[in-house]
Formats: sequence, C-alpha cells, structure tokens
Amino acid sequence: MRTGLIAVNEGMTRVFGEDGSHIPVTILRVDDCQVVAVRTEEKDGYVAVQIGAGKAKVKNVSKPMRGYYAKAKVEPKKKLVEFRVSPENTLDVGAELCASHFVVGQFVDVQGQTKGCGFAGGMKRWNFGGLRASHGVSVSHRSIGSVGSAQDPGRIWKGKKMPGQMGNETVTTQNLKIVAVYPEDGLILVQGNVPGTTKSWVVIHDAVKKPAPADVPKPAGLKSAAKAPAPAEAAAAEAPAEEAKE
Amino acid sequence: MNVLQKFEATQVEKLTAGKTIPAFRPGDTVKVNVKIIEGTRERIQAYEGVCIAREGHGVNESFTVRKISYGEGVERVFPLLSPRIETIELVRRGTVRRAKLYYLRGLRGKKARIVEKKDYAAQTQE
Repeated sequence: MRTGLIAVNEGMTRVFGEDGSHIPVTILRVDDCQVVAVRTEEKDGYVAVQIGAGKAKVKNVSKPMRGYYAKAKVEPKKKLVEFRVSPENTLDVGAELCASHFVVGQFVDVQGQTKGCGFAGGMKRWNFGGLRASHGVSVSHRSIGSVGSAQDPGRIWKGKKMPGQMGNETVTTQNLKIVAVYPEDGLILVQGNVPGTTKSWVVIHDAVKKPAPADVPKPAGLKSAAKAPAPAEAAAAEAPAEEAKE
Repeated sequence: MNVLQKFEATQVEKLTAGKTIPAFRPGDTVKVNVKIIEGTRERIQAYEGVCIAREGHGVNESFTVRKISYGEGVERVFPLLSPRIETIELVRRGTVRRAKLYYLRGLRGKKARIVEKKDYAAQTQE
C-alpha cells in the first residue's frame, strides 16, 4: 500500500483521445505535498505517513501547530491527511511528493467533500416520483407518500429513504482513470468527475479494487527522484501523456 | 488566468499547431475533410455544406454543418479542434443576419438559399 496525494480540484475540461474521442477530465493540482510526520509500528502501533499540502500563512497558524511544523522542519501546510502505508512504502519526514506518483492509465480513488444541498426532500434526495399534479392532490405534490405498512409491522423500517440532509458528506469515487500527468505543473488529469466543488481539497490514492500497474514509483513519486537520477523516467511518464492528447 | 484556463490555452495551442482554420461564420459554405478509419486503413472524406451554427469557445468550440444529401437534410456537429478533422476549407461566404440558422431546417429548395457575400472593398482595391 502506497501513500496517496492531496490535491486541489481545479475544474473540468475535455481532452481528445487518440481516435478523436472526447475524454471528460477533471484537473487535480498537487500543491506542495510533503511528508509532515511518520507513524511507526513501535511508537504508534501502526504505519502511516502524514502528508501536508498547500501553503498556510504563518500568522494564521496556531502556536502549537507552528511548533509541530518546526519540529518536522517543513513550511506550515493548509491541509493535513494521514495515509496508512505498508512498512516498505514508508517515507522520510520532509520528503516532497510529486504528481508523477501516479502513472497514466492507472486507476485511482478520489475522496472529497460533496456539495451541500441542505435539507432536501424525497424527490431531490432519492429521486422519488412525488404525487400527481392534479386528480385531487392538494398541497402535497412533492411529498414522499406512504412510508410503511399497516398495524403489522406497526413501525417504519429502519433505513427508510426520507427527506434529510443531502450532500456535504465525504464521498469516495472509485476507479477513476488517470488520463495524463504533468509533473512540472503538478497536474493530474482523471477521467470523469470527482466529489466536491472546484478549488476544494481532494485525496487521491491507488484504486482499492483494481491492481496498480507494475511501473508505479515505489515507495512514492518523490520530487527529488524525478529530478536527479531518472530524467528518462520523467520523460517516459510524459510521453504517454502526450500521446493521449493527440 | 487560473490553472484550468492555462491548461485549456496550452491544449488549444497544441491542437492548432500546424493547422490553419479559416475564419468562417454561420451562413458560409465550408468543406470539412474528415479522417475516417475503414478497417485498418485511414482515408479522408469531405463533408460540404452550410455552417448553420458555431458554439462554445476555446477547446470546446464546435460548429454545425447542414447539407441536403439525396433529398434528406443532414446535419453534423464537428468539434472545431478535433484531431479527426484534416482541414476546413471555406468555399463560399454568405450574407445572413443571424448567428444560428436553425430556420433553414424548415425550408427547402430555393427558399433555403443564402445570398453570397460580396466584398466590394476588396474588388475596388483590385
């Protein structure tokens, strides 16, 4: 299990596939992703890395948190997320992560906070049909209708779909395909939409239900690794992205 | 420009590289050379007709071309920057007063004609 990344949803656009087909894509921007803390088996009882993203103004960071960042020797971050990793994929504190963490064609899961729709009725929330427009229906055209049976069972089933809070919850969209990766701009293009509004934070990690390709960088796609030993690898990562465009 | 706009701008640049798209507008007759794949071979098929609408902008821009094929009206929507389009040729310019010529759908024969645009300025210069 590798770590994931924190990204900003920058909105949707289209790219053309090789055969001229349209691919609807969401642009996710990886923004200064860095390891802030590491959890270890000995100390914490589980293995994980805490990733920070974004750049927080120091004046807006509380004093205890300033100390926390100072200890890790990283700039204050806007968003912190912990990822469970397997022991061989653990990282060092301060390691900078790069968009090339994911490879083109790979499937990922993206987690975000959905748009809040407030207290919504049954028609909007569960696609109920509502009542008739005429034939004696009065006032209750959008009501949900009957919610249960008679004296037996004498109660309403648990989990009955009813009006209530809709949206503003954490949702994971599974198995989104990576269409292109631009490590120099920190952009990741995933096919389809992701939960939440534009400019909201999302968490991307390898798909749980599909095997990751063999060429994913392990333990993680680090900025230092992308720069120093393998510019060829970075070029290779770009080449399929270019192909996907044409 | 935000990240999305910047990305779209680079996409437009990439898709228009080595291509010249003539300035055409609704009312103009255009010939679109479309790449089509037959089995394993690729060939070019021309589609000529009147442009009746242009929609969207940037990477999302598309245009609609209408023609009468064997007595049947046919409309095709092309993405302007589609990699499947080899070239677009401007055949004839037309005088129209609308941006969307959907009224042509209800007209046949002589009534569906569009008057050719006369560029008097260019003629006097010659």
